[in-house]
Amino acid sequence: MDFGFSLSPSSAVNLDRTDMSLYEMLCDREPTARTCIGCGSCSATCTASAISGMSVRKVLLGIQRGQYREVEKMLSHCMLCGKCTMVCPRGVNTRHLILELCRLYGNSEGEL
Amino acid sequence: MTGNVAVVGGGIAGLETAVRLKALGWNPIIIEKSSSLGGHVAEWNCLFPDLAPADKLVKELVDAADGIEIHTDTEIASIFYTRKSYSIVLSDGSRFMCDSLVLATGFSLFQAEKKEEYGYGIYDHVITNRDLELWFNTGSDERVPSDPKAIGFVHCVGSRDIKAGNTQCSKVCCITAIKQAIELKEKFPKAEIYCFYMDLRLFGRKYEDFYIRAQRDMGIHFIRGRVSEVSETIDGRVFVKAEDTLSGKPLRVSLDLLVLMAGIVCNRENTTLAESISVQTDEDGFFRSRDNITHITESDRPGVFFAGTCTGPKTIPETLAEARSAAISVDAYLKSLK
Amino acid sequence: MIYQGKQKIWSEYQKEIPDDHWFYVRSCIRQSFFPGAEKHFLKITRDLLGKDIYETEHHTTCGGIAYHCDTIPQETAMTIVARQFALMTEAGYENLVASCITSFGNYCETIETWREFPELEARIREHLWKACRREFKVPKYVAHASDLIYKFRGEIAEKAKFHLVNKATGEPLRIVEHIGCHYSKMFPHKGVGGAEYPCVLSGMAEAWGGEVIDYPERRHCCGFGFRQYLVRANRGYSMSNTHKKFESMEPYHPDVIITNCPGCPFFLDRWQYVISETEGKTYGQNGYGIPVLTYEELAGLVLGYDPWDLGLQMHQVAVEPLLDKMGVPYEPSKKYLGLDEKEIMKPGLPTVLKCC
Repeated sequence: MDFGFSLSPSSAVNLDRTDMSLYEMLCDREPTARTCIGCGSCSATCTASAISGMSVRKVLLGIQRGQYREVEKMLSHCMLCGKCTMVCPRGVNTRHLILELCRLYGNSEGEL
Repeated sequence: MTGNVAVVGGGIAGLETAVRLKALGWNPIIIEKSSSLGGHVAEWNCLFPDLAPADKLVKELVDAADGIEIHTDTEIASIFYTRKSYSIVLSDGSRFMCDSLVLATGFSLFQAEKKEEYGYGIYDHVITNRDLELWFNTGSDERVPSDPKAIGFVHCVGSRDIKAGNTQCSKVCCITAIKQAIELKEKFPKAEIYCFYMDLRLFGRKYEDFYIRAQRDMGIHFIRGRVSEVSETIDGRVFVKAEDTLSGKPLRVSLDLLVLMAGIVCNRENTTLAESISVQTDEDGFFRSRDNITHITESDRPGVFFAGTCTGPKTIPETLAEARSAAISVDAYLKSLK
Repeated sequence: MIYQGKQKIWSEYQKEIPDDHWFYVRSCIRQSFFPGAEKHFLKITRDLLGKDIYETEHHTTCGGIAYHCDTIPQETAMTIVARQFALMTEAGYENLVASCITSFGNYCETIETWREFPELEARIREHLWKACRREFKVPKYVAHASDLIYKFRGEIAEKAKFHLVNKATGEPLRIVEHIGCHYSKMFPHKGVGGAEYPCVLSGMAEAWGGEVIDYPERRHCCGFGFRQYLVRANRGYSMSNTHKKFESMEPYHPDVIITNCPGCPFFLDRWQYVISETEGKTYGQNGYGIPVLTYEELAGLVLGYDPWDLGLQMHQVAVEPLLDKMGVPYEPSKKYLGLDEKEIMKPGLPTVLKCC
């Protein structure tokens, strides 16, 4: 029956149901990924950020919150220029991180 | 003059001050309201950032205080200022005159049950930082499960919280949470550990390294968002609501154990003590120093000094350094009386 | 769950509720949503317990709905409240008891605001005088009607004909209590038991033999939210909140939900129908819903009043499974008969939600 309204989808992240395996795989390949402090330097300096919404910070957070599609979309905008790696205060190898994440996405095509 | 100095409080600040005063040739008398020495530190298991055992520190201080007159289970019953000295009567009936007083009355741990929404004392697996240290010491606490899969830490419980009556940052809880999270991860390597923080204030040397270690080596998750509400699931687990402010989304997780980082708040007894010897407390209930930069250990009243967390949240090294500083100030004051 | 921990909190939030002499103000919407509820509040307090509860036909809405929908300014809402106080003063009463949670919240909010801003109270007095030449005293005590039933829960238990116990098994019924937001979330000390663990309804449920369920989304709003419901395009938000609560309470298999707000029981009751039609899901046993009762209706059942006199046929979710569990007798054929024994029309049956 159509009442003219329906349940609104919840935007909440439920960590009980969030699969962290992609994040764990990424951290195995690039351990510095764990040390991100969410400062946003990477996104602030990113060539693609302002025009495409790419953000390494959001990519890293997104795979810890199960937002795989959003992450995939962002990854496709990276130009691997390496500026983000230069500015990261925690020394996260963001360029390698993105490459590895792209590989992980490539390996598990359709599953994420 | 008598050369006596009353040291109110037998925690690490009081002990260190007394030991130093003794070494300087004065006669300190420690008045401790509880039955044992060492204060809060004596309840702790080990200390950041090197995981040094707390009991060792307390034992060293107590041993060094050997020969000093100590009254435990004792409080000041009355105190009068007469002709440049203080006449003190203790609750154990003893009385003495002293030329100076050092207030080392410490802090109180915030009563976590006041944050009703966190359900301390109501939900089965909600404990405080202090409970966890006691558990590290004794290994017995029914609230700590034997094989937890997920554990949470709530930073700033009763700190930076106007409604809880405490606007100040308790300073030591961020680093303590990281220390305790690492210790729990070592005990339960399979457990996911989440720290819910508003800001991480890791100001001290080696603290940031400790944080990096927690992230990189221990895989502890840091979620920027204050826990708003805790409830219990049907299987008795702890259900937590927060916002993941970095992604801007509400976040939910159920945990086997939730640790509330109860903050440092003023010792309520400061107010009555302050009135009896005409020193001031600030609005936050901590003693008011003569100057917050150059004379932290001095009150407005000649002969009355402060040491340690009775003037605000402090780390152990800061407390000890201040105790030594207070001893030097007392020494100079007493010499000026001669 | 550590019950003593809750008792400790409850002991800190016990408000003073005078025993007698109350000026009663009704709710705008409860008489059409739950027509037997207010009637039975008066029946229980006046006839059964012998209390002096006064009401006047001159009282109006408290303005709460308009205020919370942002359609009238606060000073107008306060002037309406002031007029109710004037009616109370004129009738010679000092204690005000409100049937509606939002009214209760509105009265408390007005009094607290005046306490902080006395110049505003003076201005409202002026407004009221200009509008209708009335003067008022601020009530000495403001209570919600559920506070009174809570206070008298022991007397009601003594006179109980039925208990919140499954007659077949002897087990206590599992009760979900839902407190209206405006009861204590604004002023925790004005609610019995505070805001996080209110005991105004759980106290009744336990006194009458039930077992209270504390489920994860217990404190969550029913979702009414005034504007969320009143604008049709927003109704999904309203229903989503109710849905969240049902999903959270479902594993506990509640036998009944009791409420103390006008909006909550309505939405907890009616949304079960909409959820069943749109999502195909029901939350009670065997395809039924979970019955949702006001505390007056529940007190009425416990005291042995006829379910149809209590107006329980006006609920969307069938109450019969609850009546059967409690052993309350009822005549199915009389469910839709009016006071004159004539049919009052039968509702159509939902496609998914099982109703009697």
